[in-house]
Amino acid sequence: MAEALTPNQRAWLRLRRNKPAVVSAAFLLLMLALALLVPMLSPHAADHGSDAQFAAPGAIHWFGTDVHGRDVFTRVFAGARISLLVGAVGTAVSLVIGVCWGLVAGYVGGRLDGLMMRFVDVLYSLPSIIFVIVLITTLETLFKRLLTQIAPELSGSARLLFLFVGLGAVSWLTMARIVRGQVLSLRHRPFVLASQALGAGHARILFRHILPNVTGIVIVYLTLTVPAIVLYESFLSYLGLGIQPPQASLGTLIAEGAAQINPIRVYWWLVVCPGSVLALTLLALNFLGDGLRDALDPRAE
Amino acid sequence: MFFVKRILFLVPLLLVISSLSFALLRLAPGGPFDHDRAPASPEVERLLRARYHLDEPVWQQYGRWLNDALHGDFGLSLKYRNHTVTDIIRQGLPVSLSLGLLAFGFAVGVGIPVGFFTAVRRGEWVDWGGSFLVLLSICVPGFVIGPLLAMIFALKLHWLPPALWGAPLQAVLPMVTLGLYFAGRVARLMREGMTQTLQSEFIRTARAKGLSEFAVLTRHAFRLAVMPVVSYSGPMLADLLTGSFVVESIFQIPGIGVFIVDSSRSRDYPLVIGLVLLYAVLLLVMNLVVDLAYGLLDPRVKYD
Repeated sequence: MAEALTPNQRAWLRLRRNKPAVVSAAFLLLMLALALLVPMLSPHAADHGSDAQFAAPGAIHWFGTDVHGRDVFTRVFAGARISLLVGAVGTAVSLVIGVCWGLVAGYVGGRLDGLMMRFVDVLYSLPSIIFVIVLITTLETLFKRLLTQIAPELSGSARLLFLFVGLGAVSWLTMARIVRGQVLSLRHRPFVLASQALGAGHARILFRHILPNVTGIVIVYLTLTVPAIVLYESFLSYLGLGIQPPQASLGTLIAEGAAQINPIRVYWWLVVCPGSVLALTLLALNFLGDGLRDALDPRAE
Repeated sequence: MFFVKRILFLVPLLLVISSLSFALLRLAPGGPFDHDRAPASPEVERLLRARYHLDEPVWQQYGRWLNDALHGDFGLSLKYRNHTVTDIIRQGLPVSLSLGLLAFGFAVGVGIPVGFFTAVRRGEWVDWGGSFLVLLSICVPGFVIGPLLAMIFALKLHWLPPALWGAPLQAVLPMVTLGLYFAGRVARLMREGMTQTLQSEFIRTARAKGLSEFAVLTRHAFRLAVMPVVSYSGPMLADLLTGSFVVESIFQIPGIGVFIVDSSRSRDYPLVIGLVLLYAVLLLVMNLVVDLAYGLLDPRVKYD
């Protein structure tokens, strides 16, 4: 007779049996390690130019060099570091906004719920890419001005910080809807009513009873938000609205590579190397998200 | 009744969207006349602001804009002087629309057969190969595919022109670049729908009646299996029509996509609002059309 497993242990077991998810997780760990270590250990600095312009991939420069003779291998992983950072922090921002919004709307209910959800509906009906671009271009100067007043020492990385906030601020809608739906159904469950009858305050009900029950679905959606934000960031950087030089993300690198396209010589490695790193990362994140969803979804039994 | 309500709901929605974007734009520092090559003298700038009514209070400007917009006038662009917003949209929109529709045709035309055959030949090499390609098309973003395709087919093989718009051959690479991701999504939906449908009772009945496999697959299974694709086609069409500006910038296509980045950067207020509204209307109408089509195709769907 096997020991009875908690739902979390069963979810963990299911996740470990999911081969694509396990391989993806391993790949992402490798990617993370490379993104952290390569820029530190590489003999070529990411922003250090040399005379070896447009060298094809070889023994010295594994991914070749770019227009300024910079080592693409180092630059790709330095870029991946920034892309992953934006993905992680942006997701965290969207998590905080989305969960708070959904929690309040679902728990308070009534008029406030209606109002908050109509607001989400309106934002939903805006074409998201257009919305992001307008938001980023218009509010950036405002944000910079604010930042120089509050924390002038951070103004150098204003763009990066703004991307964190901006991308998080447009990616919370689905999260808010999901959380609100869950809270709405949990609120009237017997165990919550019992706790209420025993005199528990709102804070206790929210944090002890409701929040733990929405964690599963939040985690699943979270892993699917990361690739979306990474893609958004590289997309904006590609358009020149994201990370600015000398910093570079995968999107900036791809844009630089695409700018070197000319009819005379084809420098394929400038697009293929950052492009495939980006694509593989997105693929792995999506697989892991799908795997988590299958693992945490009780209907999968 | 349901649709009347939906259409009536569009009116306040568009009002909210326009006033929100109006407020957002005015909140942002920097004006439309900051980026001129030589800074205008205070007098010139004052006259310019007066000409475009930028010296009035914001609510008054919004009222004026709304009144004009209701009469079909979306104002003058502040950057492309002497061009009205309507003009700019009228020139670029057909290009973006035809690119979007071509990509839609590509996505459906490639995605449905791929999904169909990978489901029918489930577990065979067709399935493996097809599914791998589908995965690839979903995970490689358009701004990677685009330059790659241009390098391979235009610069190495010289089969297709690398850029610009007009000749039919010039449309091939942009169409594929824009449509590939969606072809992958469609193929996935089709494969899932087909797999599920093939397991259902009425298919077994049809086979038991002695129908040929061809008739079972095309006449019976396909009609039900394609439903998820139909419901996805609305958001897909909206995404294709609004998401084409990366492709437009890669292949230097004179659509309206370029203006979205450009105009919000240079604080060209009337143009930004015109474009935002245009995209919002496209998105909303598309979703409405899909709901309508869904009701017609599947008699079980009832709207109240």
